[in-house]
Amino acid sequence: MSVVHGFPVLLQAADPNMPPVSGMVFFIFTIIKLVVIFTIYMVGVAMLTLAERKISAWIQDRHGPNRVGKGWLQPAADGLKNFMKEETMPAGVNKPLFVLAPILSFIPALTAWCVIPFGAPMPTRWGRIDMVVADLPIGFLFILAITSLGVYGIVLAGWSSNNKYALLGGLRSSAQMVSYEIAMGMSTIPILLLAGNVSLNSIINQQAWGGWNVVNLTVAFFIFMVAAFAETNRLPFDLPEAETELVAGYHTEYSAMKFSLFFIAEYANMVTASALMATLFFGGWDVPFTARDNIGPFSKWLSLLSIGIFLAKILFFVFVFMWVRWTLPRFRYDQLMSLGWKFMLPLALVYIVLIASVMLGLSAAGIPEGGWYTAILGSINLGVMILLFAILDRGRIISPAYGRMHPREVERLRQLDKQLEKRHPIATEGGR
Amino acid sequence: MAIKVKVVERPTDDVSYIRATLKGMALTAKHLFDVQGRVTTQYPEEKSPISPRWRGTHRMLTTETGKARCVACGLCPTVCPANCIKLVPGEDEEGNRYPLVFEIDEFRCIFCGFCQEVCPEEAIHVGRHYENAEYSREGFVYDLQRLMDQTHPVCEMWDPKDPKGE
Repeated sequence: MSVVHGFPVLLQAADPNMPPVSGMVFFIFTIIKLVVIFTIYMVGVAMLTLAERKISAWIQDRHGPNRVGKGWLQPAADGLKNFMKEETMPAGVNKPLFVLAPILSFIPALTAWCVIPFGAPMPTRWGRIDMVVADLPIGFLFILAITSLGVYGIVLAGWSSNNKYALLGGLRSSAQMVSYEIAMGMSTIPILLLAGNVSLNSIINQQAWGGWNVVNLTVAFFIFMVAAFAETNRLPFDLPEAETELVAGYHTEYSAMKFSLFFIAEYANMVTASALMATLFFGGWDVPFTARDNIGPFSKWLSLLSIGIFLAKILFFVFVFMWVRWTLPRFRYDQLMSLGWKFMLPLALVYIVLIASVMLGLSAAGIPEGGWYTAILGSINLGVMILLFAILDRGRIISPAYGRMHPREVERLRQLDKQLEKRHPIATEGGR
Repeated sequence: MAIKVKVVERPTDDVSYIRATLKGMALTAKHLFDVQGRVTTQYPEEKSPISPRWRGTHRMLTTETGKARCVACGLCPTVCPANCIKLVPGEDEEGNRYPLVFEIDEFRCIFCGFCQEVCPEEAIHVGRHYENAEYSREGFVYDLQRLMDQTHPVCEMWDPKDPKGE
């Protein structure tokens, strides 16, 4: 987190001596940024498949891929295999939609990236270059809109395959993504309240001098993270492709590069969700414990450093995605729905009201945004966290195969348990 | 019709999601960084030890002069339950019997090791060997020369006096 120096300034106005590039130079640099980002992104996604396999192997006490070029060339080998494989076209598929579906799930995953700022602005002799492909003033809304398009690809894949498993997977994914999108959108409203703007740059800037949102809005972060897991169809929310029930869910009938596109889209979504978490809650490209990176004067090295920091934050969240995947089992469908609608949505709504009233109270008390403001917000947040995760986490947050129980019933069961232990000491051993 | 969900009654104090999740993630993290604990055997490079009594593909032992020890007594084709040994006996000028043809069909063989047990000359043995890839079915019919050319260690038969192999 950055320490406050002076008053908040918008990033665009941070370095008045350096106007942003314009005209032909702007066009050329945008093309360069597009190409560089797309390349790094695609190579990164390929390497993430390797990372996933390695991490899963290590968690399961295995070595993971280590044959093709010591394992490093495994993604290339996989890609080559997928290009060589036969493109199956099962009987009865709706051909146009069958071909369109992988494209529809692939493109939104990539498009969302163009509004995420990935570094401090870089000064050049032509002017300042913003480290973002398209600096949309409605950046955040754009991301919400684009990422929700990803569900079309999955639903169309399920429907056009003419396969009951695929259809079930598609149905599940539509229900899941629609449900969790609401919680996701609601969880970000406190951020918008704090930042006062939907531009991602201003959200980052607000965090740079006001403290990272993960400290002030931890509950929102948790809701966002869980919703992000659900949105990307990763375990424990991988119901659309539940292998044990639905063969492979919506991509059962897909092979070769069409399947690969779904696969890439899943990883690309994961990276996008990680980048969003880093941007919205962990200060984006903000270098921790410094303030200079946000108020300028900017330098090339500072810009590169901030890009590195942002990458590190993204990779951390990607690692968390994989770590959780290889730890948790899948939810049952009713648990998924009850978590989304009965717990996360109401919690997000209550949290919005809470944060809004705290902000109103603080501004009424005349406390300027900064040190004390952050401290008060953070301590209120800490209280809510303890309430949620220590006191309420007694079978109420998620109620899996059991409901809430009356204390009298608990007492009865304990007495029963004791009697059983007396009568059959072996039968109950290890039962508790 | 609504889906029926079985409600397992558990004490509320024991029930958590977030704490249990964190516990599980701590466990997987422990395994993630446990480099010594990775148990996979890197097969072609390193091989798991096999028992001294492992019964694999056969081997014919030879005398000092490089001839097969077999005297073509005919006990092994007789005892063989799978009928996989083909033996045609021959006799040289000095009256010594030797196998003209000695073939073992390793596809028919059930690797019971009776042939080794019954052999009076300790000539035919089952071997401590398991990598037997061939490009054709005919490749698995081992003739005498091939059986003599094998170099892998042979099976140690079970000894009734030392049942545990100590």
